[in-house]
Formats: sequence, C-alpha cells, structure tokens
Amino acid sequence: MNATIEVRNLRTHFFTRAGVLKAVDDVSFSVARGQVLGLVGESGSGKSVTGFSIIGLVDPPGRVVGGSILYQGRDLAKLSEREMRSLRGDRIAMIFQDPMMTLNPVLRVDTQMIEAIQAHAKVSRAEARTRSRDALGMVGIPSPEERLESYPHQFSGGMRQRVAIAIALLHNPDLLIADEPTTALDVTIQAQILAEVQKLAADYGTALIWITHDLSVIAGLADRIAVMYAGRIVEFGEAASVLDSPVHPYTNGLIGSVPSRNKRGERLRQIPGMTPSLLTLPPGCAFRTRCARADATCEQEPPEGTVSPDHVARCFHPMIAVPA
Amino acid sequence: MSAAITPPAPATPHPREETPFRRFVSEFAESKLALLGLGVFVLIALAAIFAPWITPQNPYDLAQLDIMDGRLPPGSVSGAGYTYLLGTDDQGRDMFSGMLYGLRISLLVGVGSALFAAVVGTTLGLLAAFFGRRIDTVIMRLVDLQLSFPSILVALMILAGLGKGVMNVVLALVIVEWAYYARTVRATAMVERRREYIEAAQCLALPWRRIMFHHLLPNCLPPLIVIATQQVARAIALEATLSFLGLGVPITEPSLGLLIANGYQYMLSGKYWISFYPGIALLVTIISINLVGDQLRDVLNPRLTR
Amino acid sequence: MLTWLVRRLIQALFVVLAMTVIVFIGVHIIGNPVDILISPEADQAERARIIANLGLDQPLWRQYLVFLNGALHGDLGRSFVFNEPALKLIAGRMPATMELAVTAVLMSVVIGVPLGLYAGLKPNGLLGRTIMAGSILGFSLPTFWVGLMLIMVFAVQLGWLPSTGRGQTAALFGVQWSFLTWDGLRHMAMPALNLSLFNISLVLRLTRAGVRETLPMDFIKFARAKGLSPARVIFVHVLKNIMIPVVTVVGLELGSTIAFAVVTESVFAWPGMGKLIIDSINVLDRPVIVAYLMMIVLLFITINLLVDILYTMLDPRVRLETKG
Repeated sequence: MNATIEVRNLRTHFFTRAGVLKAVDDVSFSVARGQVLGLVGESGSGKSVTGFSIIGLVDPPGRVVGGSILYQGRDLAKLSEREMRSLRGDRIAMIFQDPMMTLNPVLRVDTQMIEAIQAHAKVSRAEARTRSRDALGMVGIPSPEERLESYPHQFSGGMRQRVAIAIALLHNPDLLIADEPTTALDVTIQAQILAEVQKLAADYGTALIWITHDLSVIAGLADRIAVMYAGRIVEFGEAASVLDSPVHPYTNGLIGSVPSRNKRGERLRQIPGMTPSLLTLPPGCAFRTRCARADATCEQEPPEGTVSPDHVARCFHPMIAVPA
Repeated sequence: MSAAITPPAPATPHPREETPFRRFVSEFAESKLALLGLGVFVLIALAAIFAPWITPQNPYDLAQLDIMDGRLPPGSVSGAGYTYLLGTDDQGRDMFSGMLYGLRISLLVGVGSALFAAVVGTTLGLLAAFFGRRIDTVIMRLVDLQLSFPSILVALMILAGLGKGVMNVVLALVIVEWAYYARTVRATAMVERRREYIEAAQCLALPWRRIMFHHLLPNCLPPLIVIATQQVARAIALEATLSFLGLGVPITEPSLGLLIANGYQYMLSGKYWISFYPGIALLVTIISINLVGDQLRDVLNPRLTR
Repeated sequence: MLTWLVRRLIQALFVVLAMTVIVFIGVHIIGNPVDILISPEADQAERARIIANLGLDQPLWRQYLVFLNGALHGDLGRSFVFNEPALKLIAGRMPATMELAVTAVLMSVVIGVPLGLYAGLKPNGLLGRTIMAGSILGFSLPTFWVGLMLIMVFAVQLGWLPSTGRGQTAALFGVQWSFLTWDGLRHMAMPALNLSLFNISLVLRLTRAGVRETLPMDFIKFARAKGLSPARVIFVHVLKNIMIPVVTVVGLELGSTIAFAVVTESVFAWPGMGKLIIDSINVLDRPVIVAYLMMIVLLFITINLLVDILYTMLDPRVRLETKG
C-alpha cells in the first residue's frame, strides 16, 4: 500500500518523577493519500501524544523511545530537528483542540500567517500576504483583506479555528493531524468545519488523522477507525466495520454511550469506572478492570486477532467470534 | 471524677504520629538551605542577646576605650594586651564588640517594628474583612495609597518630621509595613469568612471580637507568619539604610547601618574593616532570615502544595 | 478612550490634592516649625515677629490654603540654606537624578530580560539556578551596602572607575548631562548598576515566570507546528507576550527608582535631588523637603498615568475593552 504515513510500533514514554508513563505503547497504523483515519479514545488514552509524536513536538519529560514513523518512506523519528522543522507546517500540519488558545493573542493574524508562509517558501511579504488573504477566503472567512489586520480575540471561536485551519493548509500538506478541532465549538459550527476540512483534504489528497473522543463526529468522516485505550490501539479497521460490528468490549461501550435516534427511549449505556492511571497499569489487558467479560486469561497480554482482512482487535473475549 | 474517665496514657507514645505541626517541621526541614539559614539566624540572635557577656569590651563605656588604638587593622594587639579580632574604629572601639552591640539594635528595631506592624496591620485587615462595606473601603484605600509609594520615601517623610531616634525609626517602619499585613490578612480572612465554621459561630451569636480573634485569626496565621518573616528582613535592611543616610538611630545607639556609615569615609583610604565587617553581619542576618522565609512560604502556601 | 483619560486625570488630581494635605500635615504639624525656623538665640519679640511673618499664628486651614495657593503658583518657599526658591533648587538637581534613574531602569531591562529568558528556558540547568539564586541576593541586599562593595572593589582595589560625582558633563537642551561624555559615563556606571540591581532581579523574575507560563501554551506549540525557527518562537511569540507585564512593571518602577536614588546618590555623592533631600533633612531645610516630596508625588502620579496609557496601547485585548 502506498501510505502517506505509516506508524510502526510507536512508543512514546514520559519520564516523570513518579515513574515512567507509557503514553503511547506499541501503536501501529497507516494512512494513505486522501484517506481519513479516525483516532478515537478517552482523554489520557494517548491519542494526542500519538499526533504530537508524528509531528515531532513531544516535550520533555516525554520522548519517542521506539518504533518508526515513516513519512513517504522516510523515518521521521530519525530526522534531525532541523530536517523535521522543514517538514513541520509544510508537508505535515496540525490543528489543535482549543481555537481560543491556538493563535498568539498579541500578534495580528497577518503576522501569524505570513511567518508561516515565509518559514517554508521564499516569497516576498506582499506575496505572502496575498496568499494569506486567499487562504482565509478559502476557509470561508468573510472580507479576508480586513480580517488580516485583526487580532485573534476579535474573532469568534469558530472563526479562529478556521484561521488555524487556513494556516495549517497554507502549504497544502500531505498529512494533516487534527487534534479534536471541533470539540470546543458549537454543534452547528462543528458540522461546517468538519465538512470544510473534509473537502479541502479531499481536494488536495491530504491524508488526515482526526483525533477525537467522540465517535459520532467521525462516523461519517473517517475511512478507517483506530480505537485507543491506555496507550494502545485495541481495535482497528474499516470505519463501517468497526462501527457496525465492534469487536472489542471497549469499542462497544463507546458506541453504546453515544446517543442516537434509533436507540430512542433506551437507556444510554456507559462504561463503568475510570480510565486507569498510566503509572499503575495492571499487567495484561488494560481494560479488564472495567470489562464485564474479563476473566483470568485477561491478565495475559491479548494478541492481535483478525476479524476480517481489514479489521483487527486485541481481546481474549471479542464480542463476535474471531475466526481462527 | 474526670480522673476516672481519662484513659491511661499509652506506655509508648507513637513516634510517627502525624500532627499538623510535625508535618510542618518535617516539610520545613526538607530544605537544607533553610535549616542552615535558621541555624545561622539563631546563632546571630544569641550573639546579639548575650553581647554584654561575649564581647571583650563594652564599646560605649568610654573608660574602656583608648583613642590611641583608633583605626587599627584586624588582629592588632591593644595596649592592654588584648587582640582586636576585627580591628578598631576611629574611636578606638573594638569592631567585634561594636558589631555585636550594633546587631542588638538592628534586631531590636527590625523584630520590634515587624511585631508592632503585625499587630496593627492584622487588626485592621481583620476589621476590613469582617465588617466589609465602608470600613473595608476606607482601610483598603489607605493600604493602596500606602503601597503606591516606595517604603524609603514614606520613611524619609516621617523621619524628616520626627527626627532621629530608635523609637522614631520603629514608628516609621511600622507605618511603612502595616499595609502589607493588612492586605494579606484581609485577603485570607475574606476567604475564611465564608466558611461554615464562621457562619456557625455567628449563629451562636458569639461576640464579634471572639469570632475575629479566636476563629478568624488562627486561620490567617500561616500567611501572616510568612509575611512577618519577610518583613523582619525588610525592616532590618530599611533601618540600616536610614541609619546609613544619617536619619535613623542616633550616634549613641549605633546599629549596623550607622557603623557602616561611620567607616565609609575611611574605606576610600583602604581601611575597609570598619565598614566591611558590620556589612557582612548585616548581610548574613538578612540572607539567613530570607532563606527561612522562602522555605516558610513554600511550606505554608496552600497553593503550592505538592 | 477619551472619557477614560479624563476620568483618570480627575482621579490623579484628587490624589495630588490628598498628598498636599498629607505632606502639609506631615511637615508642619509633626515637627514644630517654630523650633526649626527660629534660632534659639532669638528673643521673645523677634520670635513673635517671625511667627507672624511666616503666618504660623494663623489657624491651620488658613495656613494650608496659603501653602496650596503658593504651590499652585509654583512657590513652595525659599531654601533656608541656599536662599533660593526651593522648586528651582530641586529642578536644577533633577536632570542628574533622572538620567541616573532612567539609565538604571534601561539597564534592568537590558540585563534582566535576557537573564530571565535564559533562566526560564533552562530552569533546571546550573546557570539557570545560579541566576535565580543571584536574583534573591539582588532582592534582599541593602542597596547602600552593595554600593559600598562596588566602590571598594572597582574604585579602591582595582581603580577602574571613579567613585564619586558626575564627572564631565555636556549640555543638551540647556541642561548638563553626564551620559554625553565618556568621563560622565564612567562616573555613572557604578551608581546606575547599583540602583538597577533591585530592578534587574525584579525584571529577571518576571521574565522567567512569564516564560514558564507561556511556553506550555497551545499557541506556542502551534507556532512550532508551523515550522518556525526556535529563535522566532522565542523572540517573537514568547517575548511579545512577556513584554507587556515587564514594560508595565518597569514603567511603574521608575517612580520607586527615583525615590531609591536617594540612597545611591548618597553613597556615590551623585549631585541629584536625592542627595539634596538627605542634606536638607539633616539641616532641616523645610521648604526644600516639601518641594521634593510634592515633586516626587507629582512624578509618581504622572508615571502611573503614562504607564496605564502605554499598557493600553501595548495589549490589544485591553485596547478593545476600553473602546467598548
């Protein structure tokens, strides 16, 4: 497969005073050109750290300690900071969760856009400005010429996220990592942004990793879905397959806790208990403390089981029988 | 009767029992630097208190001075066969003795003014927090006004009016410092005032003085202790500065600052010891208090709980 | 903006008025002016004549009004010692103090910001820790003692710098300045450093705290995700955010720096108004004391006002609020 990005056995650990925190522990997946991968999990499951590992922005005490991140065949984990920087914002871009916090409050929007262009392209200020204006127009910001002169606080949350998206897409990146970019927004704006990012990504053939804790957000967006729990991918497969016939009890629980029309009147199910602390992770399956199906076998490390050619899960007691 | 109810004392007291005070002590002791500061300060304080018994000479007893011994370098031997460890000043006073006596004045003024200011500032801060409204506005406006002018200026203004004197310096320092206590105590008391136990005390119709001093005050103590420690150091430094400028203590009761000022004129001709050693004493005193204060702040500040 | 300015001006006026009352009471009531003004040898008739002449037999409020009237006309009495109008005397000494204080404040930024930046970026390094320990000394050491040590080392032992006076001055706008000549600069080096020590520590700590606070912000991570160089991230994105509080504090500190110049000027025999006031207090030259205090109060209020305006101009968020 001709993947834009291929993550193999990625391990990112945080070396805190209290101990080693395995935020990302043996994670593998790949995203092809123009494809959308939904990376789903509760907060603390390691999904954001996975995103930061790819773009090379894991801060101390965190460190990528193992595995490889292949971008068009090149291992990003082995690049120097300088080489990584030339890719960052150019070929690989990222947008963040809270649009209120992503733009520097004391710099004008044009400053923040022009510097992003000039970091990767040798163009004049005037031309960078023109390109910034066009980029703002493309993400649906009205009268972009005037808005260039504004400060971030003069925009609404949704508008700010559009600015951030415009900045991320300035150089038509090959890979865009979106870290819950709609969580902080109103539902109506969420849908707009979602649709716009999807369209832009499709137009340029950008591979998209959409990180979220909300399955319903990516249900209509993602081609494939990876479900993360406590630093590991517990289920991975075609979006339709994962959503319609989840295999891992955790995925099943996540789907059950999403309100939907055809379950009207039913009680919303929720997953009992809390995400375990990554410092005191029990051996074996990390989910077993919250799992109704858990038994003594779960104290072993669950192997990866294949459900169908494009659907795998790590569980001893899957919701449907795994063909041997 | 009560004797019958009292349970017998346990044969062996639990050595590891966790009381708030013990926790405070063990947390304080985590910093070796703070312990060192505390040790040094205790040593300095003892030396100052027992100065008359430690020093070889009473520097203010003119009968013991020999003007012929003026400005001798450290280690010189006096006519009476005594060694001037740190040299002598222009009057032929032993610097070591003079320094310890000066330390007494400095500490007296520093600690005394900090205590007075604490009483005044705490009372006003509690009143402001407890009664609120107009009283609060008046007191806090005063605090704002006071704090918007630098301490040295306020002290200068007061001493320009009052003239020199130990008590005048103390008064000036109290006026400079009270606002810090008032601000801190009020801020803490405002938070405490809304707690249930104060409401309960008010429901019991306890007199306001009792609520203020028996219920509110003890809970304001941690930040108060921190401020007080810092203010003692500040007061000592400010007193030294004022005395150095010739506006502080009179020549008959010289503090470290005045001793330094006296030696200043000889420094340019290389007779450094007259200013230098009192300066070092001043420095060590201030730094040791600040080391203790910094650690107290870290231990007692609930916002920094680790 | 305009109404805000007018309101601030009226406020300032009230504070000035309040201070005239306090200064008046402070100097006229606490110390008995009769004792100060009349020589002990004067006989009874002489005493009565002088008292009447100075208006000291009038009721207090009348005395205050006379004082206020004089103050409004720029007349704060004549110096007993120099037999010159007190205000003119102060004004003549002012340039020396101002150039010392302004130099000290500038030094605190030039030295404090880089040190604080370093300590903030490398908080656990040896140098970072040393800088912080040094700043504690800068806070707690009495200024006059540090001044003495500077003289002892650089003037007495090494003989590099002169220890007293302003040195050679040159005229600019009809005023004599030390900073215009090499000799003057050499004379100013130690006093300015001495005076700025406290402010250096303050700026350093403020900068460090600002760096520690700004670095984990999302907008810094986003700036890095754009592929900007570390230099641009630190010197534009981080520094611009920190400069607002730093400039505010530095501006506000100019007032106390002028006040604390009293100490430095006395140590280095710098002929500014600080040295003048100490000399005047020692000989009880009351009009000069009053003139100095009024001048300082006025200066303080002006500085506070200017800093407020500057702050409003620097921070786009505040700027918007005052407009709305």
